Amino acid sequence: MVNHSLYTVQAVVVLDSDGARLLAKYYSRRPSAQGHKSLKEQKKFESELFSKTRKSSSEVILLDGQTVLFKYINDVYFYLVGASDENELLLSSVLNGLVEAISALLKHNVDKRNLLDNLDMVVLALDETIDDGIALETDPNAIASNVSKRGVDTLDVSLANLNEQTLLDAYKQAKERFNLALLR
Amino acid sequence: EARVFNQTPIRPRQSRLLLAKILFLLYRGDSMATAEATNLFFSITKLFQCKDMSLRQMVYLTIRELSTISEDVIMVTSSLMKDMQPKSEITYRANAIRALCKIVDPSMLSGIERFLKAAIVEKSPSIASAALVSAAHLFQDAKDVVRRWGNEANEALNGKALSQGASFFGGASGAGQVVSTSNIVQYHAMGLLYAIRQHDRMAVLKLVNTFTGQSKSSGWMGGGGGGATLRSNMAHVLLIRYAVEVMEGDPSRASQLHELLKEWVRHRSDMVSLEAARAMCQLPGLNSKQLTPAVNALQVFLSSPRPTVRFAAIRTLNMLARTHPEAVQPCNVDMEGLITDSNRSVATFAITTLLKTGNEASVDRLMKQMQGFMAEISDEFKTIVAEAVRSLCRKFPAKHGVFLAFLSGVLRDEGGLEFKWAVIEAIIDLAKHVPECKEAALAHLCEFIEDCEFTKLSVRVLHFLGEEGPQTARPTMYIRHIYNRVVLENAVVRAAAVSALAKFGAATAADPSLQQSVRVLLRRCLDDREDEVRDRAAWALRMTGDTAMRGKYVRDDSTFALAVLERKLVEYCANPAAAAAGQFSFDGIPRISRAQEEEMRDRVRVEAMDAVLTGSAVSAPSKQAAAAAGADAAAAAAPGTPTTAGTAGGFADAFERQAQYAEKLNAIPELAAFGAQPLVSSCAAADLTEAETEYVVRCIKHIYAGHVVFQFDVTNTIPEQIMEQVEVAMEPEDDSAAELQPVVVVPIPELRCNEPGSAYVAFERADAAEFPTATFGCTLKFVVKEIDPATGEPMEGDDGFEDEYSLEAADLGAGDYMLATYIPDSHALWEALGADSEAVEVFALAAFDGIEACITSVAALLGMCPLDGALRPKSKAAHQAVFTGKWMGAAKTVARTRMTFQKGSGVTMELAVRSEDPSVSQLVVAAVA
Repeated sequence: MVNHSLYTVQAVVVLDSDGARLLAKYYSRRPSAQGHKSLKEQKKFESELFSKTRKSSSEVILLDGQTVLFKYINDVYFYLVGASDENELLLSSVLNGLVEAISALLKHNVDKRNLLDNLDMVVLALDETIDDGIALETDPNAIASNVSKRGVDTLDVSLANLNEQTLLDAYKQAKERFNLALLR
Repeated sequence: EARVFNQTPIRPRQSRLLLAKILFLLYRGDSMATAEATNLFFSITKLFQCKDMSLRQMVYLTIRELSTISEDVIMVTSSLMKDMQPKSEITYRANAIRALCKIVDPSMLSGIERFLKAAIVEKSPSIASAALVSAAHLFQDAKDVVRRWGNEANEALNGKALSQGASFFGGASGAGQVVSTSNIVQYHAMGLLYAIRQHDRMAVLKLVNTFTGQSKSSGWMGGGGGGATLRSNMAHVLLIRYAVEVMEGDPSRASQLHELLKEWVRHRSDMVSLEAARAMCQLPGLNSKQLTPAVNALQVFLSSPRPTVRFAAIRTLNMLARTHPEAVQPCNVDMEGLITDSNRSVATFAITTLLKTGNEASVDRLMKQMQGFMAEISDEFKTIVAEAVRSLCRKFPAKHGVFLAFLSGVLRDEGGLEFKWAVIEAIIDLAKHVPECKEAALAHLCEFIEDCEFTKLSVRVLHFLGEEGPQTARPTMYIRHIYNRVVLENAVVRAAAVSALAKFGAATAADPSLQQSVRVLLRRCLDDREDEVRDRAAWALRMTGDTAMRGKYVRDDSTFALAVLERKLVEYCANPAAAAAGQFSFDGIPRISRAQEEEMRDRVRVEAMDAVLTGSAVSAPSKQAAAAAGADAAAAAAPGTPTTAGTAGGFADAFERQAQYAEKLNAIPELAAFGAQPLVSSCAAADLTEAETEYVVRCIKHIYAGHVVFQFDVTNTIPEQIMEQVEVAMEPEDDSAAELQPVVVVPIPELRCNEPGSAYVAFERADAAEFPTATFGCTLKFVVKEIDPATGEPMEGDDGFEDEYSLEAADLGAGDYMLATYIPDSHALWEALGADSEAVEVFALAAFDGIEACITSVAALLGMCPLDGALRPKSKAAHQAVFTGKWMGAAKTVARTRMTFQKGSGVTMELAVRSEDPSVSQLVVAAVA
């Protein structure tokens, strides 16, 4: 049965170099998708996946009747799971979009540590790429730009960057804090 | 930690990191209790007070993730609504829309409909995408509301392209926000539009035509850049799928579709090109020449540096090779290069594809190449190779020397049980099917068991040696090898070796000295430490000494239908009442010949291998589907084709099928009263309609002790209709059916498009000793209701109108009362039944112009099980065939036919039937007359 719907991605998994899960998101909105229901099944699937792909430079594998595209940078493994009859190149472009966006957001320095330090950006990038199994965007630049950079805490700003602020900014901030104080 | 959210002033940075941590925990797989999630959720809602954008985005995401586990998520609707207003920032809006749609209740959807509609036609792609995707999600729950957005989606599909086109001409106008280069909005719009209109064939066709027409004109203009409407590759992929769906099966558009696909194969994007090529390969009814463009494109992909592209291409070719091996042949050279590909999936596909397309000349080279890299690959992969070589052996028996050398070579290598097992099976297969290399193969096997660490394999080999060894020129050599095992191995292997020796002892009766030495060896085994070994040796000694027993044990070539046996045993064990009632009875279990079982096992193996390679049938449900498909295929092959594999498999499957029928029939109370299980079910369904009509009806007959039940499998092929109260009216065409009194008619209450249903008509046989034959005129009667194309439900207020549809006549012949069973040793039965029960008649059949046609139709009339070779006449002039069966599932019956063929006068046939019930013999002969 050819997939006529927009739902193409069944799961995204990110593993570290020991095969432990960093991130995993299984999408089950598509009615016919074979869901990895329980956590145990998911873990089993992942460990099998990892053992089969660890030492291989290839980008694609068939596992459990699903097409899995994968990619690794340093010690982080990205996997994208789709149906077995899905267009591999379409899946590949989605995965590429995600990985390159993350890579850009992490300043091209992707490793486990950096990934964990910047979790907020990573989860947002994932969210901007895939919405519940539908590929939302494949252009890495667009994904990266949709992910907002980490803001700075208002308090820090007022103390550290006071001298760099314009008068108007300072006024705004003062007003805000005044309001808050009132609210309290 | 969630207290951070309650701090004022809100500290965006810290909150955001904390939210990320929460999400991380969720994504890692830690679950959260509902109460906990709800609490968390409410503290998060406080964060809406903060205007910081980076925090807000994170809040949206968290809300969406929590929405499935937390309660009362509806509370934030108003906050989200505010963010959806046109004046907020782009990222805000897109995210707010997605979050809102995730939490919204279908009943509240109309409230925000206006915003969503506006968002869909929004200029900014990210907002439009978000709205479209959300609409696609919502479509599952709220079809009616989303259906109203069709126009907006259409506008997004076309209008967006125009505005993008404009910006293309105007240079980089999309400053500020980074404009996506993938034009993915089109993809989303296309998917949503299709979802909305999928029940409306014409609308989809229109959608497809819109784009095909324009892309063609742009092609002529030679511009390509601004004119082509479809700019997203992913949308194009969808377009191809839709195009195939609406045009397939419509002969008037077949050539148009082919032209389109040909053009799309040349698309500059690999993704589109691949999809088009794959679609083309899957189209039915194309010849190899028409496939050339697709194959050429795939051939280019094969040499791509990207593994994914190679993988996709080789997989498609593999699929194609199954149906059109000759079309794939031009790629052979490229594929040979891929055998050593670093991606094992690619290499596996390459090998299996080559096996399908390869010719005899390339085999040598292929084997040499494989030998080269066998040492470097994993066990699992080696197993696949061994399996592949095994099927290759069957294909090119002339090359057995090469294969055997290869297999024995790899047998000596290191390897696990699975791999060795596959190799051993391959060698055994080779020995069985290529008599010339039997001796060599057996020698390799003997050598193997001399030093084998796997007990299972030793047993397997010993069994095979026992089967084949006695027929060879020098059995002594094998006996020596086998006896060595008795001396050296563990108990299990010793027992197997004794059994093998016993076979030698029994089969070499012609050579007393040899038999004597075997008996000496066996006698020695009587002192073994193990009970089992001693028992076997004692039994073997007795058996070899007694000629009658020898014949019984060694020559018995039948076995139980294992699947049925297993099911019966499970039933027996599960039902304590039955166990209390008495011993398990073997009577109910059909026997099939060894050869048939072998065929069946082969077929299952081939299917399983195909399934593994396509990767489609690994999970249990799809495996069942594959098995069902196989059963169908066998059923289709069974009625008259002279391929033994098909028929043998068909008969084995028939038992399974019968059980399924019985289950279905017993579910209907009126019919269940006739008996626990029909005595005989016709194995092949007879078509009562042409293949391509509005309604497809197939008829299956079930014979009970006192009743006859016709089962009509009806399929409605008109999507716009729903059929209700479907029943079949049967009118006997002559008086001969007077003995049949209609008793029950079971209609189908409701029949939707492509959902087959079964209606039943039951007759009672007035006299149990009479077996009437009759022809019935059949009419399908039903009430038709129109379907609303939008909802897929029947139109409201449509009471429908009654309609009739006349079918072809259904026959009830004498053959229908016969259960086709394999009866072992039919010759002995023939003798035992004696001439008293015989009925003989000679027919002059001028109508047939060949033996083969004649034997097939006779087989169909008799409804009996053809024995080996019965359906494959060896000569054109004369043929003999034997059939066996059980009349009414009880009286054993054997039929022999002899036929001769002469040009001009047609076929002359003598049919002789003997049965346990002499009257049956007469009836069977009459069946052919």
